[in-house]
Amino acid sequence: MSPSLVTVAYIAATILFILSLGGLSNPESSRRGNLYGMIGMAIAVVATIAGRVAPAGIAWVIGALVVGAAVGLYLARTVKMTQMPELVAFMHSLVGLVAVLVGYASYIDPTASAGMSGAEITIHHAEIYVGVLIGAVTLSGSVIAFGKLSGRIGGKPLLLPARHWLNLAGLLVVIWFGHAFLHAQSVQAGMTPLIVMTVVALLFGVHMVMAIGGADMPVVVSMLNSYSGWAAAATGFMLSNDLLIVTGALVGSSGAILSYIMCRAMNRKFLSVIAGGFGGDSGKPRPAGGDAAQPAGEVVSVTAKEAADLLKEARSVVIVPGYGMAVAQAQHTVYEITKALREMGKTVRFAIHPVAGRMPGHMNVLLAEAKVPYDIVLEMDEINQDFPDTDVTMVIGANDIVNPSAQEDPASPIAGMPVLEVWKAKNSIVMKRSMASGYAGVDNPLFYKENNRMLFGDAKKMLDEVLVALKAA
Amino acid sequence: MTAQVIGVPKETFPGEKRVATVPDVVPRLAKLGFRVLVQAGAGEGANLSDEAYAAAGAEVVADAASVWSRADIVFKVRAPNADELRMIREGQVLVSFVWPAQNPDLMRDLAARRATVLAMDSVPRISRAQKLDALSSMANIAGYRAVIEAAHEFGRFFTGQITAAGKVPPAKVFIIGAGVAGLAAIGAAAGLGAIVRANDTRPEVADQIKSLGGEYVGVEYQEEGTGVGGYAKVMSEGFQRAQREVFARQAKEVDVIITTALIPGKPAPKLITAEMVRSMKPGSVIVDLAAEQGGNCELTEPGKVVVRHGVTIIGYTDLPSRLATQSSTLYATNLFRLMEELCKAKDGVIDVNMEDEVIRGTTVIKQGEVTWPPPPPKLSAAPAKPAAKPAVPVVAEKKGHGHGAGEPMPAGRLAIMFIAGALLFVLVGLYAPAAFLGHFTVFVLACFVGYMVVWNVTPALHTPLMSVTNAISSIIIIGALVQVAPPGEGPRPELIRWLAVAGIALTAINMFGGFAVTQRMLSMFRK
Repeated sequence: MSPSLVTVAYIAATILFILSLGGLSNPESSRRGNLYGMIGMAIAVVATIAGRVAPAGIAWVIGALVVGAAVGLYLARTVKMTQMPELVAFMHSLVGLVAVLVGYASYIDPTASAGMSGAEITIHHAEIYVGVLIGAVTLSGSVIAFGKLSGRIGGKPLLLPARHWLNLAGLLVVIWFGHAFLHAQSVQAGMTPLIVMTVVALLFGVHMVMAIGGADMPVVVSMLNSYSGWAAAATGFMLSNDLLIVTGALVGSSGAILSYIMCRAMNRKFLSVIAGGFGGDSGKPRPAGGDAAQPAGEVVSVTAKEAADLLKEARSVVIVPGYGMAVAQAQHTVYEITKALREMGKTVRFAIHPVAGRMPGHMNVLLAEAKVPYDIVLEMDEINQDFPDTDVTMVIGANDIVNPSAQEDPASPIAGMPVLEVWKAKNSIVMKRSMASGYAGVDNPLFYKENNRMLFGDAKKMLDEVLVALKAA
Repeated sequence: MTAQVIGVPKETFPGEKRVATVPDVVPRLAKLGFRVLVQAGAGEGANLSDEAYAAAGAEVVADAASVWSRADIVFKVRAPNADELRMIREGQVLVSFVWPAQNPDLMRDLAARRATVLAMDSVPRISRAQKLDALSSMANIAGYRAVIEAAHEFGRFFTGQITAAGKVPPAKVFIIGAGVAGLAAIGAAAGLGAIVRANDTRPEVADQIKSLGGEYVGVEYQEEGTGVGGYAKVMSEGFQRAQREVFARQAKEVDVIITTALIPGKPAPKLITAEMVRSMKPGSVIVDLAAEQGGNCELTEPGKVVVRHGVTIIGYTDLPSRLATQSSTLYATNLFRLMEELCKAKDGVIDVNMEDEVIRGTTVIKQGEVTWPPPPPKLSAAPAKPAAKPAVPVVAEKKGHGHGAGEPMPAGRLAIMFIAGALLFVLVGLYAPAAFLGHFTVFVLACFVGYMVVWNVTPALHTPLMSVTNAISSIIIIGALVQVAPPGEGPRPELIRWLAVAGIALTAINMFGGFAVTQRMLSMFRK
């Protein structure tokens, strides 16, 4: 394949990728979007193999592809929908790792910089350096995110003393060795600074994600997604490959926008999420006397049977799922209950907070898996004004996203965060395992409201009981 | 100080059947430390006997004069008449409806008696004061009774029926003003089975109307009708014209109109013209709850029922009094709540604490000094809501089909960003070689495309989007591919090949896994 043909194929692939992202913006066109993505990727890979790989290498390429494909498809088949965030984080780490590998390979490859002028070589080396840096941060950050999401590492943020200074020191080290790297006379001489920088970058990635609390994980996942794109773009610069640059930039900017949207949904500044520390308050005792008002009132708990009776009397029901539903794998039972209630002629809708769960859109995916039709799954802004007309809201394993103190108590750590106004409904039922506070570590006055009932227990078990009680009548 | 005495004289206003306290409330007042004195026959109109008062612990005295002379605090419903005014002692506390804006003479006389007057019509409209809001209690009753009066005068069922003797269409009821009285009327009329429509100048009450079973009839005109304290305000000329058209249309269709439009301190707006009355079906009924303030209908005669153009127009001004037992009970409870506020120590001695917002608003004369009108309420209940929410227009990008952010960036910040961007570009242009610039162009443009494309994504698809972008980021495989064995080159270090092959395998996991899992997720989204 001639270089021109390869270039044309790359353009086609680029367009398909853009169409793919565009298609993903609404459910109707989303499947086609994914298909575009696959076709684009296939074109890019085939064109590259045909045009840029000598026959001797093809066996190697095919072997590697087959192995990777087998593993990838196996993972995709077997992953549970509740584990999606972990899988996505894991995959981000692969992209980061590959960026590092490619960077190293490009550095030791004598042909890569052949025929370049002095300035070009410097730029090329700078590109390698930056590419490896971003790749390494993505790699270690994603691994930690994976650990946190899968519960292998605790969700609480790890706050080292003087952590901002540590980061700054890391940055200075990186710059210092970058300077050394660019002025290295030989590959051997440049290797040391490159390796040191990689280690520092890995540590930095670990440190960065360790410091972020569980409640902010959606933002982190999306941010790492963005990093993996930037890593690809940096690799593209390094190899003078426009397709890589374009695609990397697409992924990078879309991930950044997504993170930004998430942050807005939580009414937080992007920088303060990255700086970490949120969600750490659960570990510390609240200041004596309490800046944030202590909720007054009594917690009234009910049995599954009583909850079912409340639902039976209601005309309109709104279900608010949270991470607890995902943990308990209760989405199918939720759908059964929805079906039962709808058969009784009741309006049942779902209210999804933008940051419910551990990944953007997490709840939507779970509900979709349980076959809940997406036209009764509403966003916060669509449903918030309907709560006063709702008879019963059922909150399943959610806490901070339904916390009235975000609106009522300016001293609360989550003050100003938009929340689902479930307390405005005539009654609410909150399903929780215990009275423990959510990731933000804030007590929830909702539990103490007069019109609220608590249903303690594992969400799945309780919902099963509610379902039985509903059907018994 | 000894316990203060609360005196309850019989109401003197002709036809007034209410009484300011009921036997049920007497023991609760006693618990606050007060002694209660009731004039014989005070509860007659509300079917409350002297024996019942006595049994509840009140002292029943023969005539009004002894009540007025012995009581420290006098509970009344209506404002005192001339005879009663003369009996007021200096320092005595009077609690009743006063309507200071409409009755300047009365205010002057009361001030001259050097009394303290708490006006139940001036209770501030804040959440804390709701339990002593007698206006709401009375309005609630008036709204209910208005429907009952209308049903009484109306010649048909309210509910639709299909009987052996033929089909009966349901009555159509149109209610103007969805305040407390209007909402109560909506509930009562809907309860009787009528088709209920309602209008209000404040659009936010549409939901409340619907919640009671009514249908909101709006006026298509852009103007916000909420005034201070959640009451309605006077509307513009253009709005009023549009409103009259709506009313004229409704008048032709409906069987019953109940008007409840009142603007505090102003004569009631004339909403139903003689022309509209003429256009109504014969036998229709109008109940004018604003009759006392001049009426919402041009043909209303306050206090009377008249028939004009075949339409019965009810202008009773004593609707709460027509449900005397109920209204007395509610009013008595409101007064009891006021006493709770006034006597926090529960020692039977009141403290008119002007620092307290509720008491400050209610007190119109303190020891002969006119303290009305009070300073405006700090926060109006309804408009406070939007203020409580921070102005984060998440709606804009969530609903998602307009480009860019919900609100434009402040010009200053925008300018700084542009300058920074320009500087960056100048730097790049000065130092970067030509080959780099080509790539750089592509890079910058691609960033923008990504931004434009993703900005509109629906939140429901965030996870699939992330997983597909993740899959697409395995384009990095190209980097590995070109390093495996570039054509036309000699032998290369083994290490490079192994690095590249490892890279290919790892990316393939991501590529195939990413697309497959996205496909799996998307196939689950269904309508």
